[in-house]
Amino acid sequence: MAGLHRTNGGGRVDRTKRLSFTFDGKAYEGFAGDKLASALLANGVHLVGRSYKYHRPRGILSAGAEEPNALVTVDRGRGRTAPNLRATQVELYDGLVAESQNRWPSLAYDFGAVNSLFSPLLAAGFYYKTFMGPRLLGSNWAWHKIYEPLIRRAAGLGKAPSLPDPDRYANRFAHCDVLVIGAGPAGLAAALAAAEAGARVILCDEQAELGGSLLSEWSVEIDGVPASSWVDEAVRTLAASSRVTLLPRTQAFGYFAQNFVALAERLTDHLGNPDPAAPRERLWQVRAKEVVLATGAIERPIVFPDNDRPGIMLADAARTYVNRYGVRPGLRAVVIAACDSGYAAALDLHRAGTAVAMVIDPRANGDSGLAGSVRAAGIEVQIGATVTATRGSQRVSAVQIGRAGTEGRASTGEWVPCDHVVMAGGWTPSVHLFSQSRGKLAWSDDAQAFLPSAIAPGQAQRSAGACRGVFGVAAALDDGFAAGRAAVGREPLGRTFKVTHDITDFRGIAGSHGAGARGSKAFVDFQHDVTVRDLKLAAQEGFRAIEHVKRYTTTGMATDQGKTSNINALAIVADHLGKPIPEVGLTTFRQPYTPVTFGTIAGASRGDLFDPVRRTPCDAWAQAQGAMFEDVGAWKRAHYFPQAGEDMHTAVARECRTVRSAVGMFDASTLGKIEVVGPDAAEFLERLYINSFQKLGVGRCRYGVLLNEAGFIIDDGVIGRIAADRFHVTTTTGGAARVLHMMEDYAQTEFPDLKVWLTSTTEQWAVIAVQGPRARDVLAPLVDGVDIGATDFPHMSVKAGRICGVDARIFRVSFTGELGFEINVPADFGADVWEAVWREVQKHGGCAYGTESMHVLRAEKGFIIVGQETDGTVTPDDVGLGWATGKGKRDFVGMRSLSRPDMVRSGRKQLVGLLTADPKRVLEEGSQVVEGLRPPAGTPALGHVTSAYWSEALGRSIALALVADGRTRIGTRLNVPMPDGDVAVDVVTPVFLDPKGERLNG
Amino acid sequence: MLLITCPYCCTARPESEFRYSGEAHIARPLEPATVSDDDWAAFLYMRTNPKGLHAERWRHIHGCGRFFNALRNTVTDQILKTYPAGTPRPGLGAPAEGGR
Ligand SMILES: [Zn+2]
Repeated sequence: MAGLHRTNGGGRVDRTKRLSFTFDGKAYEGFAGDKLASALLANGVHLVGRSYKYHRPRGILSAGAEEPNALVTVDRGRGRTAPNLRATQVELYDGLVAESQNRWPSLAYDFGAVNSLFSPLLAAGFYYKTFMGPRLLGSNWAWHKIYEPLIRRAAGLGKAPSLPDPDRYANRFAHCDVLVIGAGPAGLAAALAAAEAGARVILCDEQAELGGSLLSEWSVEIDGVPASSWVDEAVRTLAASSRVTLLPRTQAFGYFAQNFVALAERLTDHLGNPDPAAPRERLWQVRAKEVVLATGAIERPIVFPDNDRPGIMLADAARTYVNRYGVRPGLRAVVIAACDSGYAAALDLHRAGTAVAMVIDPRANGDSGLAGSVRAAGIEVQIGATVTATRGSQRVSAVQIGRAGTEGRASTGEWVPCDHVVMAGGWTPSVHLFSQSRGKLAWSDDAQAFLPSAIAPGQAQRSAGACRGVFGVAAALDDGFAAGRAAVGREPLGRTFKVTHDITDFRGIAGSHGAGARGSKAFVDFQHDVTVRDLKLAAQEGFRAIEHVKRYTTTGMATDQGKTSNINALAIVADHLGKPIPEVGLTTFRQPYTPVTFGTIAGASRGDLFDPVRRTPCDAWAQAQGAMFEDVGAWKRAHYFPQAGEDMHTAVARECRTVRSAVGMFDASTLGKIEVVGPDAAEFLERLYINSFQKLGVGRCRYGVLLNEAGFIIDDGVIGRIAADRFHVTTTTGGAARVLHMMEDYAQTEFPDLKVWLTSTTEQWAVIAVQGPRARDVLAPLVDGVDIGATDFPHMSVKAGRICGVDARIFRVSFTGELGFEINVPADFGADVWEAVWREVQKHGGCAYGTESMHVLRAEKGFIIVGQETDGTVTPDDVGLGWATGKGKRDFVGMRSLSRPDMVRSGRKQLVGLLTADPKRVLEEGSQVVEGLRPPAGTPALGHVTSAYWSEALGRSIALALVADGRTRIGTRLNVPMPDGDVAVDVVTPVFLDPKGERLNG
Repeated sequence: MLLITCPYCCTARPESEFRYSGEAHIARPLEPATVSDDDWAAFLYMRTNPKGLHAERWRHIHGCGRFFNALRNTVTDQILKTYPAGTPRPGLGAPAEGGR
């Protein structure tokens, strides 16, 4: 297959290893070391994609990460299709399957190309002007039914895979003295210098081979050896050092504060048969003492009419394909050279056997140092000329040469037949990562580019080589070596590398060259199909800031982020506005530098590991019983325990009935628990909670209400005094961490004088609630060393004792309104004690109940749930808890706020009960409460329903609500408007069952 | 991710070990009952929100658990100094801590 398009030898491909692959179903062959792009070109394939908007045939523009056109989908099997990959970066392996994108029915005959006929419709601002007017929004059927589906189908990139990603992704943190980003001449030299000084070095580069631009050089010699051999030796030296980590195939894509850099390493995508257990990619999060940015530069296209035909590519790319991959992209080339890389390309192509028809230099005074060599090779050089038109449907076939005249107009001349056009528009330093690190850029007239000027505070970094405008192999090596020395705090050695055949002029031109004939398009942003005309239109329509022009025309907003187009776009806008480039400004560079897979970012945080799950000691039992679970924070809680044939409603009704008539048991282990200990423990709680604790007797409990300083309820729970200096504080399930944090805050910063220690004990205790008239009978045979009789152990008390021989804290408390106990045992004994209690519960006709029944039972008693009856704007008085406030207290957190004018005014929302006129109707939680029937839209609500259930005990529905001046409305009728009509409700006190608490004290 | 130097642990640790806790040096009045409505509202709600240096509270919640204060530049996001809770806001004469 050393066919028409392979050179006779040389390059870095292994011509002994043939690889077969398919593109759009057709079989081809390439060599080991090829990229998909080089292998396609070696087979004479230039047409690889259709453009985004106009569906124009597109070829391969570049040889690197900046590629805007050659986007392909690589299919590695089920769930493993990766869209929008740059063919210039996809490494060839045997059996690779690639498809082109954005074409239908086929790449060669694409129906969407008719878009070109309507192209006036698709000019800058088309979407805004046509469809975004208020007149059209929401009501325009044509937009929704015709235009949007059509445009969505016609304009687009590859399709995202629809199956779950079967691959595994890894994540690693790393620290180093010097992180060198980019392994071209500057990066390699920097790494060598830093490694020589003994530093821990990480050197990363997005390519499979380290060496960067040196891999594309043919005649350059460094210190007496060919560039390619020098690279091999440098890499050997670095690899031999145990303090150097080499990361090829690794893209530095994000640069954050304090030298924190994110790298994406590709591990298996280049392999035909990867180990299925191996991770596909790895995210590196590197904290570097120093960073050396050696990110190089990117060549710019030249903007001339119809500059997008397949076969037209950057000079740097042509040199890379010829020198590195041994591929001749064309047989007869025309070179447009605005800097040395174009002349060098002409020489390289000529040497490799491509006929170079002509070199044209659009600069009026263009005179490259290489022009003599080019002429000596017998190639015609035209200075001050440009391309005014191109021909060729699926591949360029000829260009028309014109003389550059005044005002950018060119007089048109002869047509030159060719199948390959090479353009060298000048080089743009890759300042993306520098800019991401918040460094400031400044325009350099000298380099005709934005260059790093001021490093952001907190970053320790330096740029070296082409990314800071230091061009040419020799200068980049010297600059990189000095940067590597400086990064480890060493003086430059003044080391210089001896380089032959170096080129030095990389400035080029920017902007538009030659207006085309009617109907032609001079592309600036190839990936988003933005033309010179679009940019001029935006400027004409009054857009002045480049950020606005960018959004209006979408230039630079495609997946390549305008790597090849931004400076040309800026120059065209600046020229049209008659302003210098730096006054028009530069658009922001954002992470990621190139697209990063979601898999790499998510890493192991998917499926079961996406979010941690907390399970109680009794969880396995509940699962075995067939409980349905609900998520409460990170906890899995048993929601209800359906028996055969029961739905949720019947299960909850049975559970509630059983608790009220016999006994039920409930897993309350998720309750937050904090041990508050110390000589000042009581005083501390006194200052935090609204209640009094100083006078609470040992062995007694109190229902505590916690406010924030603004006076609003943020948590509640029973607090038991275990000893004079020890309290067992419980919090809501969701509030445990928040309450401990708040307590720590006050203990450390506001009341540091108090001697008190706080310990979270949530996970140390399993909590089994036993509730119902038979609760004491259930526990009596299990406890020892403790009297749980009514006289000795009244409601709201706590005792230490043993249950099933296990030390326990036994609380007599009730969240159901029934006689109740909460048994706290060390978590390790939780499951066994639960089983023992369960055996007793069964003897008394009892059941296990879940959180839904718990909610119903407490609502029947009017007990609030923080976060359901409260929403951060509710005071104790609002929910009828004013009684809990300790008498005569001078201060507690939030107390002062309770006397602010807004807290004592009338009209505050207060907790009430609601009974629907139709007892079978259960209200919707969250529905609004109003006064009149059929309220017109905009009627302010008096409040809302906070809880609503079917009450089995009352044989009717019940609801709790927060209603303005609710307590004065008791006995009146209000209305809950619903989509199916008004629901009449009577306002009642919020205690529906046993208001005197007789069951509780049984 | 910022690196923050805990003044108790005396070591720079990643931001994910810490929890932010709002502006520093807003002491709770010793006798809230004697504070006027306006002053109490200011204590509750009014914050300086500066462009530039901001004294703020952090807690080394996944480390030693202690609260401390930091001087952070809200423009550059640089933490210039950290110091124990209860000590006065320092000047910036000494070499900056926390950032580099
Ligand atoms: Zn600490």
